This record gives sequence, structure tokens and C-alpha cells, in this order.
Amino acid sequence: MIRIVLPVHLRTLAQVDREVTLDVQGEATQRSVLDALEASYPMLRGTIRDQVTQQRRAFVRFFGCGEDLSQESPDAPLPGAVATGTEPFLVVGAIAGG
Amino acid sequence: MSGVRVLVGTRKGAFILTSDGKRDKWDVSGPHFAGWEIYHLKGSPADPNRLYASQSTGWFGQLIQRSNDGGKTWDPVGNKFVYDGDPGTHQWYDGTPRPWEFKRVWHLEPSLTDPDSVYAGVEDASLFRTTDGGQTWEELSGLRGHGSGASWAPGAGGLCLHTILQDPSNPERMFIAISAAGVFRTDDGGKTWRPVNRGLRSEFMPDPTAEVGHCVHRIAMHQSRPNVLFMQKHWDVMRSDDAGESWQEVSGNLPSDFGFPIEIHPHEPDTVYVVPIKSDSEHFPPDGKLRVYRSRTGGNEWEPLTNGLPQRDCYVNVLRDAMAVDSLDSCGVYFGTSGGQVYASTDAGDNWSPIVRDLPAVVSVEVQTLP
Repeated sequence: MIRIVLPVHLRTLAQVDREVTLDVQGEATQRSVLDALEASYPMLRGTIRDQVTQQRRAFVRFFGCGEDLSQESPDAPLPGAVATGTEPFLVVGAIAGG
Repeated sequence: MSGVRVLVGTRKGAFILTSDGKRDKWDVSGPHFAGWEIYHLKGSPADPNRLYASQSTGWFGQLIQRSNDGGKTWDPVGNKFVYDGDPGTHQWYDGTPRPWEFKRVWHLEPSLTDPDSVYAGVEDASLFRTTDGGQTWEELSGLRGHGSGASWAPGAGGLCLHTILQDPSNPERMFIAISAAGVFRTDDGGKTWRPVNRGLRSEFMPDPTAEVGHCVHRIAMHQSRPNVLFMQKHWDVMRSDDAGESWQEVSGNLPSDFGFPIEIHPHEPDTVYVVPIKSDSEHFPPDGKLRVYRSRTGGNEWEPLTNGLPQRDCYVNVLRDAMAVDSLDSCGVYFGTSGGQVYASTDAGDNWSPIVRDLPAVVSVEVQTLP
């Protein structure tokens, strides 16, 4: 089980609480976690990563276990504590005011 | 009893203002989609309770929302806007080539007859269409690909397709406008397009009378006279009497021929409204006086409408999609400002009062006249 924390605007859009839990098939990577998230909450498609290129949107970052995972490969294994659900996978809107 | 519903898009959410036919007491609902930019929302002429909204932010991209109950509840629908094939390049501000990149939906224009069909004008400029209520969108790529796309350049707001006009007498004919490319017309339902900009003059272009490249801010059509178009350009108010084949300037005695919106009285096809704005780059009303100008002669002769509008120290802007009219017997005219006011007149512009004063900056205003 993977725990995902979404930024407030995406929680509102998906009508979920702060934390979402998902079962992810196979290895837990950014790609597999986001695939599972978008399958359960289709309204989130395109809001975290581009629908065609699957690249992370420029003002979105990924954190886990106190590390910035934003620049990691989408297919790199997530930290063990995220993969086991001990720690959440954080989707964070970059600080860019206005 | 008849009523009106005013749909207001702002930099930080959507608001819906409703009133009965008297239009003296207003109910304000919102913000809907708080914190998101709502470039535009509009109702279907075929089903007034079917609304569509363009919702976006720099963080999370583009969403399209749909309501089936007049804006009480909303559901996100499809938001996948993909250009047809390799989109190539357009010009950047300095004339260098720039790859086409989808940024946002500026304008949603529901079909005149089918609540599930909607056109979307987007940045970087192109036209998309849904026929399934917004679930899927396809590009009408004959516009972008008709031949001049590589020469289109962005205006200050971006390379946006911001106006979509459907000819009510001919379902095959539509007009669209792009900043900064100009007006384009299709006569075959959107398959093929051609520029219709003869008569426009833009001094910022190497050839001021070129066929393409004009910064058209807005065009308007009266439903009873679809061959007559009015245009607010980046300098110059223009008129065409032949479906865009040729244009003549009708700026006349306006204090500034720059501005963004242009609207037409619903019962008087030669009564036209603009909001003169000072430019270069100031983009606020001349002399700090917020004045709507009305022509009852189809242009050239304009009168200022000031009753109820601030006539000193006013430095707001009124954007291109932020003015609309209702179709009640005593015509209502509405506009929103960058200062968050939405002003309404229930007597065709003679007198004005604010419906709301302190919204986020207003991007768009649409009005539905309800049975």
C-alpha cells in the first residue's frame, strides 16, 4: 500500500482527504504510483504530469523520506519506506506566488 | 418571470450572479474553483443549464468543468488538448521560430444547437471541438495548418485564439480571431480557413497592411445580421459589411481607439459598445475616467456613458471577454474590471451600478437571459 499526499487544490478536485492510499502493482516507482493514482482518480490526469509526454509539470515536485525525488527517473524505485507505506509520497506545488 | 445569470471568470475563481428580470437585487455564488484562473465560462444556447468553464493554473495545468444545473454543481470533463500532428513553429516576440505549445483554453463557445458540442479557443492559438460534452477534444487543424501559422506571433497576453463567432444563418460559417494573427473565416464547418483582414492597418508590422499578423482584440456579430462584424483592434475600431472581406475604420470621435471588448445591443444591430483604454502599455482608462462609449450609428459617432461609473482616479482595465449583454426588452449591459468590479446597466448603458465591487481581477463576463 502506498500513501500519497496531494496539494490542497488537487484534493479538492479529486474530492479526497489529505492522504490517499493505493495498491500499486509491481515495483513502486513514480510512474507506477502516478498510473495507479490517475486510474483511481481520472480527474487528476494532466494535473501532475503531461498527458502526452508523461513528464512532471514544471511547478510540481515530488518528496519522500525527506528527500526531493523530483529529478529522479520516473522508473527509479521509490525509497523503501515509501514503497511499504511507512512514509507518504508527497506531491507538492512549488512555491511560486501570485 | 424572466431572469439573468451573469457568469464571471476571475484570476482566482468563478462567480455566478443571478437576478430576476428587474436586475436590481443580485445573488452572488462563488468562488467556484477557488484559487484557479477561470479564463471563461459560458452556457449552451440550446440548454441554458449546461455550462462549461475553463479552469487552469500554472501549477496544475488545464481543466474543463461542466455543469448540468446552471452552475450549482460541476464535474471535471476531458482536458486532453493535443495538436494534430507535428505542430511546427510560430513566431516569438522577436520574430524567431518557437515551437507550438498548448498553454490554456481562453474561450469556450458552445454550439448554437447542441449542448454537447463546444468549440475551444486555446493558447498557443488553435481551435478545438468536442461533440461529447467535453469528454474528448479534437483540433480543427485546418486553421493552424492553413499556411500562415508559422508567421503568427503572440500579443502581450500570449498567442491566443480568443473569439469564436458562429453564423446563425449558416452552420458551415464561423469566424475566429487570434492575437496577433487576425480574423479567419471558414465556410465549410471548420475544415478549411482563410484570413479575412483586408483593410486592417497595424504600424507595428513591417508591412502594415499584410494579410496576417494583426492584433485583433475582439470581434462581435449581431445574430440578425451575420455579415456585419465589428472589431476592437489593438488601435482602431473597425467594421465589415461583407463578412470580413473588407474592413473600414469607425473609431470616429473615441478618446482612444485602443481597447479590448466590443459588444452589440441585442435589439439594435447598429448600437455598439466599447471601453476606450489608453495605450501603449498603460492599459487604463484615459484621464482616470471609466467610460463606456456607445455608437447608435454603427460606429464613427460615439457618446460617453458615465452615469454611475467612476469619473476620477480610476485605473482599471476591462479585458476582451469581460463585457456582455442580456436580451431583455430593456437591454442589460455588463462588464467586469481588473479591479474586481462587475458593473451592470439595465437601460442599454444610460446608467450603471456595480453588482459586486471586490472580486478578484475579472477576466471574463458572460450573460444568460433565462426564461
